[in-house]
Order: sequence, then structure tokens, then C-alpha cells
Amino acid sequence: MIRALLSALALVAALAPAPAHAVRPDEMLADPGLEARAREVGRELRCLVCRNQSIDDSDADLAHDLRVLVRERIKGGDSNDQVVAYVRSRYGDFVLLRPPFELGTLLLWGGPLLILLLGGVAIARFYRARDDVAAPPLSAEERRRLAAVLGEGTER
Amino acid sequence: MNKRGWIFLIPAAVFGLLAAGFYAGLGIDPNVLPSPLIDHPAPRFALPPLQGEAQGFSSADLKGHVSLVNAFASWCAPCRAEHPVLNALAHTGRVPTFGIDYKDKEELARAWIAELGNPYTRIGADDGRVGIDWGVYGVPETFIVDKDGRIRYKHVGPLTEADVERTIMPLVARLER
Repeated sequence: MIRALLSALALVAALAPAPAHAVRPDEMLADPGLEARAREVGRELRCLVCRNQSIDDSDADLAHDLRVLVRERIKGGDSNDQVVAYVRSRYGDFVLLRPPFELGTLLLWGGPLLILLLGGVAIARFYRARDDVAAPPLSAEERRRLAAVLGEGTER
Repeated sequence: MNKRGWIFLIPAAVFGLLAAGFYAGLGIDPNVLPSPLIDHPAPRFALPPLQGEAQGFSSADLKGHVSLVNAFASWCAPCRAEHPVLNALAHTGRVPTFGIDYKDKEELARAWIAELGNPYTRIGADDGRVGIDWGVYGVPETFIVDKDGRIRYKHVGPLTEADVERTIMPLVARLER
């Protein structure tokens, strides 16, 4: 029974969709080191046709052209950063799947932290305000009623 | 209401801000990406002509005058919708119009021009590489290039008569001054 279950699990694992690579064999570089670098770059670049896929995952024509271009530049001696910088200079920040950390994206990266801080300050203030409120002294009327109630208790 | 009554206005204010933001967002076309090439020199390129034509299209053609550069393809349906607008624009003679025939089959491109008319001063056949240099991510796209060869404006999607009248023509007039 357990063995059957295990083999079923193994089958599922084997059939699970691998990362959808659209990289075609005829695009690949002969040098595995350079090809690995091309994959690193390709993972970082957004396909502007499909928008939420990297160029390595997309079957769009433009993604194919960009993959070929990335490989040509890497073969020509460009560093990964130089290749990314070139594509960014043509298509803008949107082509980067990971937005860069800079002045214009400060709110994007810092936003969650900012909200956490603001919330923390608000909570701290709320509890401090609650603790600070001292009970006002009893009025003469209240003191009389309190004495009456307590007096009642002792009489019995 | 006590002194802290204003605190109940915060959710209303947040709602107001969000609503204003969403309303403004309605007017944004998510398919139009801002181009980093605006106000930068147009890329240097030299495209071969379509078969049977004498001259291709190269960056040298953009020097000394305001130009309109239009990336199109015969396989692109919106380009067909746009073509009469380009024909009309070319007919006015106000601005020289150049074509980048983007990832197209040459015979189909020639048939397209024969059928729909030729608004272009020059056409270059591009296998996609020059398109990437211009930041083209989908045809049709139209650029306005100034006298010094700088890209000053980019329009994504088919040009309409209204675009030409309200945006292209005033911009060309301004850049010519």
C-alpha cells in the first residue's frame, strides 16, 4: 500500500511541469558556460509581448529575437550587466523583472517597511494613550454613595 | 463627539484618495509603455530596401528635417487600419514619412504597398534587430524625430486622424521652428 503510494507520488513528481523554457536548441550557445550566463540574463528580462513571462519562458517572436540578441552580445564579450543595460536602454525599466533599487523606486521597495513603521507607531501611541489616562478622582456624591454601599456591607 | 472625532474621517479620506487614484488609472492604457529613448538620438542603422526598390532607409535620412518613422508589417491588422491615415498625412507633404518594415516577408510587403498605396519616402526591411534598437515591442509604432535626429515622441498602436490632428501636426510644427 505504502509502496504504491510512494510510486504514485514519484510519478506525480516526475510529471510535474518543469519550468517552461522556451529556449530552442538552435538558439543555444555551444559553450555551456556562456549559455548559462545567457539563461541568467534571460531570466531577468521581461517579454514585452506577454508581460509576465521572462524572455526565457516566452514563445513570442520578440522574446526569441531578444534571446538571440542576448547570446550574440554575450558571445561578443559583453558582461551580463552590459547586456541588461542595453536592453533596458531600449525598453525602459519595465523590461526588468526585478525593479532596480533607486530613487524612483524608493516607495516601491520601502513602502511595506513604511507601512509597518506607521502601523507600529500607531499601535504604540494607542496603548500609551490608554495607559496614561488616570482615573479621575471621585466626586463628593460618588464618595457618599461608595461609603453607603460599603457601610451596608459591614452592617450585616 | 469628543476631541478625537477627526479620526473617523481617516477611512473616508483614504477611500477618497483610492477612488481618485483608480479614476485616474482608468485613463491609462496598460499596453503603452513609456520609451526611454525620448529626447535621445535615434539609433544608427542602415536597412536594406525592399526587393526591387532602389533605396533602403538609414539614420542618415533623418538628418536636417523633422521626420516621422513608422514601424509596420503586412501581417499586422492594426497597420491596415492605420494606413489610410498615413496616406493622408503623406499627401499633405508636411513631414517626410519613413517606414520600417518589421519582420515581414518582402513579397507580402510589396503587395501591401501595391494594394494600399505608399505613404513612405523610404522603406527599410528589418529582420527585427533595428526594431529592438528603436524599442519596438509591437507594430504599429510611430516616432517623431527632430532636425537633429533626436526621437521626440513615440506613439504605440495605430495612428488615428485625431492623433495626427491633435498631436502629430502640432508637434511637427513646433519642432520645425
